[in-house]
Amino acid sequence: MSGEVRAEPKTPVPAIEVRNLRVAYGEREILHGVSFEVRAGETMVILGGSGSGKSTLLRTLAGLEQPSSGEIRIRGKDLRTLSPEGWHELRTRMGISFQSGALFGSMTVGENVALPLEEHTHLDESTIDIMVRLKLEQVGLRGYEDYFPAQLSGGMKKRAAVARAMAMDPEILLFDEPSAGLDPIIAAGVDELLLKLKEAFKITIVVVTHELASAFLIADRMILVDKGNIVAVGTPTEMKASTQPRVRQFLDRVPEPEMAQELDYLQVLTGGVVPLRQ
Amino acid sequence: MGLTQDIGAATIDGLAYLGGLTRLAGAATRAMFGELFRERKLPFGRAIHQGMAVGVKALPILSLISFFVGMILALQAAYELRRLGALQFVASAVAISVTRELGPLMTAILVIGRSGSAFAAELGTMKVNEEIDALETMAVDPVRFLVVPKLLAMLIMMPCLTIWADTMGVMGGALFGVTNAGFTLGTYVHATMDALALRDIVTGLIKSLMFALVITMVGCQEGFRTGLGSEEVGKSTTSAVVMSIFLVILVDLLFTMLFYFGVTG
Repeated sequence: MSGEVRAEPKTPVPAIEVRNLRVAYGEREILHGVSFEVRAGETMVILGGSGSGKSTLLRTLAGLEQPSSGEIRIRGKDLRTLSPEGWHELRTRMGISFQSGALFGSMTVGENVALPLEEHTHLDESTIDIMVRLKLEQVGLRGYEDYFPAQLSGGMKKRAAVARAMAMDPEILLFDEPSAGLDPIIAAGVDELLLKLKEAFKITIVVVTHELASAFLIADRMILVDKGNIVAVGTPTEMKASTQPRVRQFLDRVPEPEMAQELDYLQVLTGGVVPLRQ
Repeated sequence: MGLTQDIGAATIDGLAYLGGLTRLAGAATRAMFGELFRERKLPFGRAIHQGMAVGVKALPILSLISFFVGMILALQAAYELRRLGALQFVASAVAISVTRELGPLMTAILVIGRSGSAFAAELGTMKVNEEIDALETMAVDPVRFLVVPKLLAMLIMMPCLTIWADTMGVMGGALFGVTNAGFTLGTYVHATMDALALRDIVTGLIKSLMFALVITMVGCQEGFRTGLGSEEVGKSTTSAVVMSIFLVILVDLLFTMLFYFGVTG
């Protein structure tokens, strides 16, 4: 395990707790035993370059990938021992916004947002309609109920996906690359939306991104994932002050010289890690 | 040694594929019957929408194809029957071939091309766009939400389409019979009815139900197994068509043998 710096949790039961998590696709191991926790109500940003394993980490938290070993506890419940009913209950308490939005193309925006409510609640149709309008209003898409996803811009799709993820008033929201592929103005709008949601609903939010500006704006704490290991954990201020070579390289956007790559990585693994907490 | 290993590996892959189809069919059947007891049911409109796409929109092309096939059968049969002086049997030859075999088979081939491929492409695109993942994370069973409406539509529509194809095939034969074999439309239809036993139509309909199951399961399984990237959607669609045609022919053979040996054995 690399030299991560973990702050002591302030709450007795973290919203998400990950211990020695390993995930592999066939023979290829993507995550090499990562450990961290996300406190209830905080926004945790998982930073990392392309192929670092950050999206796999998020997919594993969402139950879409099976760990080869290690432990994930969400709201204190161990995912390994969760019954089908337990998964069902957990998934209704957790919302996920995918990188592409993953809205159902054959359904209108309103129907997309209504789906979790129709499936998991006993609300009548008119109440669901009101809830859908409310959720769309929260993400700034009032009046777009009858549009199909193909008729929306990239930013609007992300907002609609957030509205769908919020439909069941989840306690935990997971976001995969919320501002990827958006222009800076639209991306800033999505960041602002995340901040607003956090402020209004006190939700635990986990965001996977490689967009530095966005990460520093929304994060309470952040993790840097590199080649399947966590190389640093800390607040945005601690990250900015870090002298750890891998953190510096990522934050200062230094291109990776091909020859130095392995040496640099070795340094990270063997103790070139500088604690972020001073 | 290499050849033996290859044959062994291909056999294992084939069995695993069939195992996957059976599992999916089991899950879809469970979900379909489970739906009856659910308080909050899937909107029936989804199955109707699928039914329109599978059945109603296929009618014009199915009518044309079946009509032509009926004519071709009549022409081919007439070659030999004329030599034997038994041209009046052209009606029964067409009727039996169409209802027992060609009606269900032509319908299945057409539905594979129109709907089996569309199922694979739809689910494959949803897989690539993470929509299937989204369903899972919303605790909505993808089999129940996506496969059940398709299966229901196919199980209802395939027998209907098959009966329609049988009728149009007979009509195609009738065109030849009336213009070249001395029949009137009335005598041709009468000869057809005389030649047919209810069993001929029922065996065709049983086959069509089995074809509906095979086409839906293969299309959906290929869709669910789509890899990453839009190129993979094309591959899934092609596989769905090729595999469906193969399995439909195989199921056809099995059921034809079953009906044959069931009666004569």
